[in-house]
Amino acid sequence: MNAYATYALKRLLQFALVVFIGINLAYLITHATPIDPVEQTVSAATAFGNTSPEAIAMMRKSLREIYGLEGNLWNQYAIFWQRVLVGDFGPSLSAFPTPVSTLIGRALPWTVGLLSVSTILAFALGNLLGGLAGYFADSRLLKIAGLAVMAVHPIPYYIVAFVVLIAFGYVWPVLPISGGYRINITWGWNADFILSVVSHAILPVTSLVLVGIGGWFMGMRSLVSNVVTEDYVTYAELAGVSRGKILGAYVMRNALVPQVTGLAMSLGSIFNGAIITEQVFGYPGIGTLLISAVHAGDYSLVVGIASVSIVAVSTAVLFIDLVYPLLDPRVKVS
Amino acid sequence: MLAILRDLMRYRPQFRLGVILTGVIVAFAALTLASPHPQQDQFVVPPDVPPSWAHWFGTTSRGQDVFWQLTFAIRNTMLFGFTVAILSRLISVAIGMWSGYKGGFVDRVLMSINDTFIVIPLFPLLVLFYFVMRDKMSWPLLALAMAALGWAYDARLIRSLALSLKTREFTQQCEFSGMRTSEIVLQEHLPYVLPIMFYTTMNNMNWSIGLEVTLSVLGFTNIDTPTVGVMIYWANQHTALVAGIWWWIFFPVLFVMILFIGLFLLAISMNEYIDPRSRLARMGGASG
Amino acid sequence: MNTVPAQVKGPERVLSVTNLRAYYQTQYFGISREVRAVDGVSLHIDRNEIYGLAGESSCGKTTLIKTIVRAIRPPLSIVEGSVMFNFAGRECDIYRLNRHELDSMRWRRLACILQGSMNVLNPVRRVRQSFIDFAFRHIGQPMPQFLALIEGHLARLRLEPAILDNYPHELSGGMRQRVTIALASVCRPDFIVADEPTTALDVVVQKDVLGLMREVQREIRSSMILVTHDIGVHANVTDRMGIMYAGRLVEEGRTVDVIRNPRHPYAVHLVASLPRIGDTTQKQGLEGAPPNLAAPPPGCRFHPRCPLVMDVCRKEHPPLVDVAAGHRVACWAATQPDARRAA
Repeated sequence: MNAYATYALKRLLQFALVVFIGINLAYLITHATPIDPVEQTVSAATAFGNTSPEAIAMMRKSLREIYGLEGNLWNQYAIFWQRVLVGDFGPSLSAFPTPVSTLIGRALPWTVGLLSVSTILAFALGNLLGGLAGYFADSRLLKIAGLAVMAVHPIPYYIVAFVVLIAFGYVWPVLPISGGYRINITWGWNADFILSVVSHAILPVTSLVLVGIGGWFMGMRSLVSNVVTEDYVTYAELAGVSRGKILGAYVMRNALVPQVTGLAMSLGSIFNGAIITEQVFGYPGIGTLLISAVHAGDYSLVVGIASVSIVAVSTAVLFIDLVYPLLDPRVKVS
Repeated sequence: MLAILRDLMRYRPQFRLGVILTGVIVAFAALTLASPHPQQDQFVVPPDVPPSWAHWFGTTSRGQDVFWQLTFAIRNTMLFGFTVAILSRLISVAIGMWSGYKGGFVDRVLMSINDTFIVIPLFPLLVLFYFVMRDKMSWPLLALAMAALGWAYDARLIRSLALSLKTREFTQQCEFSGMRTSEIVLQEHLPYVLPIMFYTTMNNMNWSIGLEVTLSVLGFTNIDTPTVGVMIYWANQHTALVAGIWWWIFFPVLFVMILFIGLFLLAISMNEYIDPRSRLARMGGASG
Repeated sequence: MNTVPAQVKGPERVLSVTNLRAYYQTQYFGISREVRAVDGVSLHIDRNEIYGLAGESSCGKTTLIKTIVRAIRPPLSIVEGSVMFNFAGRECDIYRLNRHELDSMRWRRLACILQGSMNVLNPVRRVRQSFIDFAFRHIGQPMPQFLALIEGHLARLRLEPAILDNYPHELSGGMRQRVTIALASVCRPDFIVADEPTTALDVVVQKDVLGLMREVQREIRSSMILVTHDIGVHANVTDRMGIMYAGRLVEEGRTVDVIRNPRHPYAVHLVASLPRIGDTTQKQGLEGAPPNLAAPPPGCRFHPRCPLVMDVCRKEHPPLVDVAAGHRVACWAATQPDARRAA
């Protein structure tokens, strides 16, 4: 069988495993609690005012159905999985009767956009800087740049986002700090809208890139300083190949290979960072949606977002895995 | 291991800086022993007072002295991070070692599961966890949950270590000479294991504290116990920035940043030391 | 002190190394070390000549090669001496060239075949790309003609043109080495450096590769320096050879002379290790181990292990002197046997 097909199959199986374990974890969490979400919602809804016992009973019944908690544990498990596979998590409680999937569908593109842009920027800039720093190991400028990005790297996304918010929201208010676009603007592919989207994205993207860039920098710098000692780099230097070509096609190109693996591994934590950054900037992605769902006690929405997050990240990782052999021709053989 | 720490202190300024920064934070946390107010008391001092001689870091809108609150917050945050690090060490060492030594099918299965936990976005799961736990959420519970989810990255590192130790000549020599496995592990392997333990613990602490701060700021933890994240949460609840009470936010953020950078410097100094290339250059020197 | 006669710079001479000293100087975690890898080497190589360099590992051969091709990086540095090439009648101090001159000289005049050719080609690019990277700018023809030239060159060396499409990891070790030889010779350089080209290959492939190298050299008439610890290879391939020990040349001459009549005790031992058909005498190992180049013994560096050691050997280092036409030795016992009797 074609070597690539074997490889692709293995990656597909791993993808299935990730989704399987992830969704099961989510299920386990929802059922590990001593608290009954139905009771919780009922008591929240009936806290003020009088509700007749019949109304409460009806509420319980419909909630059970909405939450997929009818029947025995096995039944519930089956319903849970069914919903994930179809993508239907029932209606949202806080935005009744809008289905959860619609809410998620509206919010997901914003998150995907934010994530893609900031990940690509951080990856590109971080690897470029790190590669140069590894190759030109004596450069003062690069050493200072390195210190700067590495100083920001350990700080959690929330704090960086917060500091960026204060800096550009209060101290020097030049950019919008909330929302994904200006209110009352017409949607569509017009310059106005696009400009508005971009200007609202600048701060969240900056905040994500600031944190992310340090990690790529450190990794690339260390990889490059190893790669420059490899035989094929020395040999190309002995052949008088131009420095630019060596840096690009021999050093960076080879050092990028493990970095792409690293990218697949860190997508999970980058996603976490994106969620919290959205919250700080009120960006209309699934991060903000998740937090407000928790505050509104919207069980279906929270479960839905958790499940979708798992599937979304796993899919992105699968995509990277499948594209990987293009970068590294050696992988097919193994 | 002590020799390694001593070497790092002597020759690596970034390690020294890391020790100083972390040391300052630990000392600060130790001040809790001298605190005039118990950690959860409110309205014991006049609220909203800016930093002054009476209250070095000012006071909060809830009538707490920011300085003393912060000592508790730092202490609790660090204890939490440390607990998660220890707990997840147990899991990652167990899985990493088992996988590395056994190899073969066991290794492949464990690593597939391991990679799963690396890929899965943990934050939504933790939020879900909070959501279903609500008031029953407690610090030990959260620590357990985070340890149960966050072992994967380090398990891989330890597995590589186990793989390399297994095939080293001196291990086989020890086996042939009849040393018991426990003796081999303690006497021969430990010098290699400890630096990696150190590095992964520092890293893990940064990770778990970061996650704690993020969750607490959103109010998704037990908000009655002061931690750095909880302090910021309450500050936000009282719209401290808008009200001009900047010191309530500034000092927790400043101190936690110092802690993060300190732990980070310690981790990367140790990591650089472990790097075999630097070890080669040191070989043959006076201290052997 | 070295009493090497002044170098005669005729148009025959392609490489002149004079009094070369190259040390590794490191300072890490408060420990400084100075390893004297090459400690006063002088030699010359003529046109169309294969010069062999022999010696055990860590005798300095590889460092010498690195300094000859100017592939030195800190902590390695030249402390004294010079490396002079003569390409097409023009003198060329390789350490005086600027970046541009160096790059245009590399591969066109000076090419290398390295040890461990397992990893000398870029793993993420096809073989064809390596040829383009290394040789295109020198050949100066448009791409289609250039590629045709390469394929012709490969065919002459009995290599399939189809390997240009392969990635390096898809080729066997012997194949990769043959490709490297083709690559090194494609620009018809004046000087080829070959460092342990057949180590790590199995014996059958070794013979094939060596044959290929000899053929290539004969065709393009380049000079070659061939570094290998395998005396058998020297006997088969090289015209002249030099033996290094602990960073210094201890014996040098026509290969035929050195192997038939080795004068330095170390050379004697090295040559004796070569198995000969019909020879059933038992081989003796040399006692001791090569010296620590960071703290070498005083006088002759071989004296702790030498069966002919005299007092003077322990104090003064013997100079490299002629004992016959074109045959030099650095040994008190070999060059002053009277001193031996007197002592």
